[in-house]
Amino acid sequence: MLQIFCPHCAELRSEEEFHASGQAHIPRPLDPAACTDEQWGTYMFFRDNPRGIHHELWIHAAGCRQYFNATRDTVTYEIFETYKIGEKPQVTAKPAGAVPEAAAREE
Amino acid sequence: MTTANVYQQRPGDDVKAETPLHHANLPSLFGKGRNNPGVTLRERKLLGHLTLRGEAHDSAFSGGVHKALGLELPVALGVVSQGELSLQWMGPDEWLLICPRGQEFALEQQLREALAGLHIQVVNVSGGQTLLELSGPSVRQVLMKSTSYDVHPDNFPVGKAVSTVFAKSQLIIRHMAEDTWELVIRRSFADYWWLWLQDASAEYGLAIAE
Ligand SMILES: [Zn+2]
Repeated sequence: MLQIFCPHCAELRSEEEFHASGQAHIPRPLDPAACTDEQWGTYMFFRDNPRGIHHELWIHAAGCRQYFNATRDTVTYEIFETYKIGEKPQVTAKPAGAVPEAAAREE
Repeated sequence: MTTANVYQQRPGDDVKAETPLHHANLPSLFGKGRNNPGVTLRERKLLGHLTLRGEAHDSAFSGGVHKALGLELPVALGVVSQGELSLQWMGPDEWLLICPRGQEFALEQQLREALAGLHIQVVNVSGGQTLLELSGPSVRQVLMKSTSYDVHPDNFPVGKAVSTVFAKSQLIIRHMAEDTWELVIRRSFADYWWLWLQDASAEYGLAIAE
């Protein structure tokens, strides 16, 4: 069982107390009525699915019931950091061995 | 002043009130069971439970709470108490106030008066949850069987309170004194916890106290 650090409770808690809620840092368009269908559809439905570092929204469902963000490696499941909503992640570098996005497109 | 509908939600004492464990007929078990029980369970029934929300870092809020209750706003995972009144941290902007039966309306009014003009919320949740008190030398063993949370005093000193996973469900564990713990439970789960605690306590001896 993983131990996840809740930035609000400020201690490690058992994984079973948490739920993952998808990709983090997705700003809602300030004026939805001014969006094109494509812009709104992209905001609503399209999510990144990276191999490696990913910023995710989690909730401490059985604890303080607060949402927070986590930087997690989708390959190893290692959680590098958790941080409050509104804060910036400290870990953003691509993991060693990852294929740069541009290179992957050229192949 | 507030536009919230503030009113006396508790019916008078002439109205028959049944506790969440009414059907278990706990009074029939008072004084029975093993001598020197490892665990003693007490249903702290029909208390007042208020959820309080506000801005923790606003000194007007923390000061107002202190003025109304005489209690300092606890920080993360803390519970403070004075007599029968307790205030527990539930989240960065949420606290649980538990008071003796019948005092919740007056306390709500005191809070609203002391916090007038601030962005706050006070909700009477007395009907939705209840309190079970466990005391005795084997309570920690029972908790260890039931939750993955570390209840060793090094991690869980007196004055700490956590909401966590417990026996496949959820509740709040509060460490009130060395051998005294409290469980804040959902009313609708009362029977489940009663059955669970009987089973988990059986090997240590369970007594029911008034
Ligand atoms: Zn938490």
